[in-house]
Amino acid sequence: MRGTVAIRSENLCRHYRMGETLIRAVDGVSLQVPAGEFVALLGSSGSGKSSILNLIAGLDRPTSGSVIVQDRDLAKLSREDLAKYRLYVVGMVFQSFNLIASMTLAENVELPLRFAEVERGKRDSLAAEALERVGLKARMHHRPSELSGGEQQRAALARALINQPKILLADEPTGNLDSRTGTEIMNLVQSFNQDLGMTVVMVTHERALAERYAQRMIFLADGKLVDDRPNTPSAVEPSLQGGRA
Amino acid sequence: MKIPDLTELALRNLRESILRNSLTTVGISVGVASLVAMLSLGIGLQQMASRRLMKSGLFDTVVVTSRRDARGMSREDERSGPTPGESRILDEAARSQIEKLPNVSEAYPDIRFATELRFEDKPHMSMISALPESARSNDAFEGMQGSFFSSDASPEAILQKSFAEELLGKTPRLGAPEPNVAELAKPLLGKELTMVYAQRATSTDDTAASSNPANEVMGASYSVVSREQKLKIVGVADLDPESMRGPTRAKVFLPLHLAESLHVMQPTDLREIARAGDQPVYSSISVRVKNPSRVQEVEDAIKKMGFTTFSILDASRGLRQFFAVLYAFLGIFGSLALMVASIGIVNTLVMAILERRREIGIMKAIGASDGDVKKLFFAEAGAMGILGGIVGVGLGWAIGQVINIGTNVYLKRQSLPPEHFWAVPWWLVGGAIAFAFVVSLASGLYPAGRAARLDPVQALRYE
Repeated sequence: MRGTVAIRSENLCRHYRMGETLIRAVDGVSLQVPAGEFVALLGSSGSGKSSILNLIAGLDRPTSGSVIVQDRDLAKLSREDLAKYRLYVVGMVFQSFNLIASMTLAENVELPLRFAEVERGKRDSLAAEALERVGLKARMHHRPSELSGGEQQRAALARALINQPKILLADEPTGNLDSRTGTEIMNLVQSFNQDLGMTVVMVTHERALAERYAQRMIFLADGKLVDDRPNTPSAVEPSLQGGRA
Repeated sequence: MKIPDLTELALRNLRESILRNSLTTVGISVGVASLVAMLSLGIGLQQMASRRLMKSGLFDTVVVTSRRDARGMSREDERSGPTPGESRILDEAARSQIEKLPNVSEAYPDIRFATELRFEDKPHMSMISALPESARSNDAFEGMQGSFFSSDASPEAILQKSFAEELLGKTPRLGAPEPNVAELAKPLLGKELTMVYAQRATSTDDTAASSNPANEVMGASYSVVSREQKLKIVGVADLDPESMRGPTRAKVFLPLHLAESLHVMQPTDLREIARAGDQPVYSSISVRVKNPSRVQEVEDAIKKMGFTTFSILDASRGLRQFFAVLYAFLGIFGSLALMVASIGIVNTLVMAILERRREIGIMKAIGASDGDVKKLFFAEAGAMGILGGIVGVGLGWAIGQVINIGTNVYLKRQSLPPEHFWAVPWWLVGGAIAFAFVVSLASGLYPAGRAARLDPVQALRYE
């Protein structure tokens, strides 16, 4: 997969109208992410990084421009096809883990397989396998509320992996975790990138995290792309250091 | 999503807010119970009415007469008839042929004649008719004093109340309360009644024939002998078993075999003697059909044999129509409660959407389609409908039982026979559950559509 383009956006815009004012959450962003790359989207809150991630995830539709993921123009997909795209092509993890509280870890992890209409027996073994990969097999019958934040995020990662997507989208995956647990999670994400060859797009406002794990950093401000460069220790732009917040 | 998965998830979600969903389900149960209660009352009443009508023998009886009678005595009429060759004599052969038709339970001759009855040496005129053994179950004899005939040939008689009054010399005054049957029966039961009648003697009876030469018709000898028969009064009937017969209704009843063996002269004898010879000829035959719904078939078959038939089928059609309207009304009233319950389902599911906004967002983010979310809410509505339907049918059945028992206790106190006017047939059980399911799905339409349209980005925005 390396060498081919996994994600491409052209003049991507997402505008909201809030009362009288027009909010340009994403304003003319064009970028390309090659397959297998680990990209960090950086920016302060309100810079539009999460909005771009939602557009790539197919959770939202662009106002104008296009976002093309593995040769699919997401703006042109039907709602049904977009749901299939979310099910099979991308996996997603969130800052607040977003596990369903009434289900055990195993049930949470196998939920996408239910939507994919996989048989029960196969579902069980795949869920156990995915939980084993993130080191939670022993706790598969626990509910999320019985687990620590780091464990919940590991379960969310297992769920994102269950349908073997090629792209992992992570929205502030360590935002609710302490630094030690955050490192654990990031190590897992890195292993998915390196061992499974997944393309990773991670939204974060922690520059240090991006510098430690990402191969490339894209800086956003006010919905616009302000910088896009490979992650090399010398490439530091003082004006963006630490973000605007 | 597959149906087993949907069901499992739906039941799990229903368990999550058990109190609210239980209350909604109870609402559906009450609605279904009221529907079941109303309809089973209607069905029960109809079954009771048809049982009564079956017992009355009015709706399953076809009266058969010969076409010759229908044309009357005029030769002119007979010649203008369409198929005079077809017309047959209503004799024993015809009777047994009719009795062998499918769906016929019995065919018995109508023996009916007016004659003199002597009681304590006083003469009384009355119409007399013969009753078959099957008339024992006729509800006209339900409140009867005494008993039914001990056998089909015993010299016994049952009196109708008004004739009993006449025998005792009690003519009811206008406005006076009707006399009690029990009081009327007391001085009469077991007493003897002497019937004076005209016997039709066969042609071989030379002495009878010569004694009455005026009765020689068309070369066949024919004689009438006056005879007497002693009868024991065994019963006094309160109701009039022949209320539909009008002026020819009988007030004294004899067992059928006894009446046949007496060879009482019948009006038809005069006309049919030449052909029938020794065989008895009947003026009419009553045919009992096994099921009132088969009356038309049997009538058609008998008509084909060349006889004229008559039944009160049209009256039963009217009755069926009445019950159809009654069902509709009871159904509408019963459904009202279910409609109210369906609003409860809408309310519960809309609440569930608000509560589970985030959960719906998560499901959509990880690949659930609009259809999956919609189906999940439908499944929850449907599960509440089926559960409510099952509980409701049970509840409706229980209400019916309680009312039935209560009414029968009341009837017993009023010394009336118990009645079963409550029926929950299997089709009502299945139909009510299916109806609750359909109504619940319809109630789920709006909430399910709303949940499916939920924007995942909005739903997942940080709390």
